[in-house]
Amino acid sequence: MTLVDAARSQTEMTNQDGEVIIRVRDLVVGFGEKLVMNRLNLDVYRGEVLGFVGGSGQGKSVLTRAILGLVPIRAGSIEIFGQNRNALDPAHRRALEQRWGVLFQNGALFSGLTVKQNIQMPMREMRQISQKLMDELAMLKIELVGLSIDAADKFPSELSGGMVKRAALARALALDPELLFLDEPTSGLDPIGAAEFDELISTLQHSLGLTVFMVTHDLDSLYSICDRVAALADGKVIAQGPLKNLLESPHPWLKAYFHGVRGGRLTSTFGDYRNS
Amino acid sequence: MSAESLQYPPEVSLAGVGRMSLSGDWTLAASRLLEINAQKIVEHGSHATSLIIDLQAVSHLDTAGAWVINRAQRELTQARISVALERIRPEYEAMLREAAYRDFHPPPRHRSPLIFDLLVDLGASVVGAFHDFYRGVAFLGEFVSTLAYVAANPKHFRFTALVSHIESIGLRSAPIIILINILVGAIVAQQGIFQLERFGASSLAVDLIGILVLRELGVLLTSIMIAGRSGSAITAEIGSMKMREEIDALRVMGLSANEVLIAPRVLALVCALPILTFIADMSALLGGMVVAWGYGDISPVAFLSLLKAAIAFRTFAVGLIKAPFMALVIGLIAAMDGLATEGSAESLGRQVTSSVVKSIFMVIVLDGLFAMFFAAINY
Ligand SMILES: Nc1ncnc2c1ncn2[C@@H]1O[C@H](COP(=O)(O)OP(=O)(O)OP(=O)(O)O)[C@@H](O)[C@H]1O
Ligand SMILES: [Mg+2]
Repeated sequence: MTLVDAARSQTEMTNQDGEVIIRVRDLVVGFGEKLVMNRLNLDVYRGEVLGFVGGSGQGKSVLTRAILGLVPIRAGSIEIFGQNRNALDPAHRRALEQRWGVLFQNGALFSGLTVKQNIQMPMREMRQISQKLMDELAMLKIELVGLSIDAADKFPSELSGGMVKRAALARALALDPELLFLDEPTSGLDPIGAAEFDELISTLQHSLGLTVFMVTHDLDSLYSICDRVAALADGKVIAQGPLKNLLESPHPWLKAYFHGVRGGRLTSTFGDYRNS
Repeated sequence: MSAESLQYPPEVSLAGVGRMSLSGDWTLAASRLLEINAQKIVEHGSHATSLIIDLQAVSHLDTAGAWVINRAQRELTQARISVALERIRPEYEAMLREAAYRDFHPPPRHRSPLIFDLLVDLGASVVGAFHDFYRGVAFLGEFVSTLAYVAANPKHFRFTALVSHIESIGLRSAPIIILINILVGAIVAQQGIFQLERFGASSLAVDLIGILVLRELGVLLTSIMIAGRSGSAITAEIGSMKMREEIDALRVMGLSANEVLIAPRVLALVCALPILTFIADMSALLGGMVVAWGYGDISPVAFLSLLKAAIAFRTFAVGLIKAPFMALVIGLIAAMDGLATEGSAESLGRQVTSSVVKSIFMVIVLDGLFAMFFAAINY
């Protein structure tokens, strides 16, 4: 319980009310015989950036998809903005879905549309605004995520892997959502791009009051922008809280993750940085 | 930001000369109101010489809101009115900075007259048709050389793949082909009996059914059905593999798509189509026989003996000989169109359509050529 309390006080530093935006309780998800989530619990507070870590194939993407309602759940409950998505009628569900933006692990851009049209897709469907403003906003989003303007008229198959990530983020941000789901946003970006990306997320978080659920393997992102970190192993959240609590955790997987060859290098610099 | 935040629509209120204050949610959720109010800023502001915009009462601001405010400010500045934003909440400052107004110069899209475009399209499709033919012949050559290679190195051939494709193409198409051919046989018999009765020659309907079904209808219907059912599947499979770079992955492993993917599928078609044609022939005759019995009072025994007199083995052979060629055409067109798929889902759809249309067309053309050929050799 101490971990959760610590987490609360931590989020209260960034946000006063500490309102829970995503509440997952006793979630069970499986494919066939295999259970991927086994009575999993998770809270995400308003205004925080939650970093979600876990080994490959542990189910981070599946949890994200379950929260988004893309994977059927066997038991348990998921509440977003205090509402159970599955219990909502279509109109309210639509309203709920307009409040979040999603960046899929593989981008999932519409292959038949240009980058600009991809970004305008949600605007066109949900809002009545002039084509001129839509064009300008799409361009703004394209610049915001660090793409060059001439990428606007390219099709997804003409983009590099990193450009796909950025274009997909631009689309996720199209409606200025309150809640952003990012599945490995910085994988495939060069270190400079990844750092810019982190900065962008943190700017958006502060100015828009954005809540971010970010699946990541990027230790730098965890150190620089995540308010809290949750770790997934064996179908459960084995720890959640500020990074420093997880760094001190005795759990073997967390130890290997943060104090292994790669993690260790960064953790030591992080430690130096904290002590100074 | 959803419906509930619309409780506070964006508003502009004048607070004395050269001063206005904004309130409410300046977010994309306000939709049209956002643009309307931004226009108001410009209209009211254009009467003053300098303007102060007070942002204190803005309850929500997103990039769209920041953008329209910045844009209005820019328009006024261009009309030589100095504009200052005041009492900005600290968290919105970054937002306004991020969404600072800038001109985007999208690369100019070049437009040409419609008639010109139409002519270009027409020309391109004529050239494309020739190009397609050329590519088809080249592809056939490649396929034959793959077959020769496989024949020389039978170890390389994927027999399991061949068998599984024969199952999915052949076995699983059998029910629908049986059904369609029974119906067509029945219809031909009914029409034949009905029309020939007037001449008192209803027993000639059996000749009609026998020759028409065995020489032409059986193989043609089967080929068209397979072009629609299996040709499209082959194009879609190979096309989506092309889209996800799976074909490239094969190539860099030193494997050829022709050998691994295309040869087993086309060969499976070549094996399956004659068998299916035979099944189709039998079902159509069965359909014809049943109708002849019920509608034309020709008993099955009589039907069979009339049929025996009407047809020779060659009638039956003509239909079957055509089948493998039809299969080859369908398979090659399907594979070629699959490989021509580009990156987008639309392109895949286009290729599948084109594959089905082209192979049905080619099947009919080929049937015509065969008819001429058999007539010339008196077979
Ligand atoms: N549609 C599916 N059918 C069956 N099993 C699935 C399905 N989707 C995912 N899984 C399984 O669920 C487990 C979790 O997958 P998931 O994609 O969530 O991993 P992950 O934690 O996101 O890994 P990574 O870090 O590599 O992206 C894996 O073992 C995977 O095989
Ligand atoms: Mg994943």
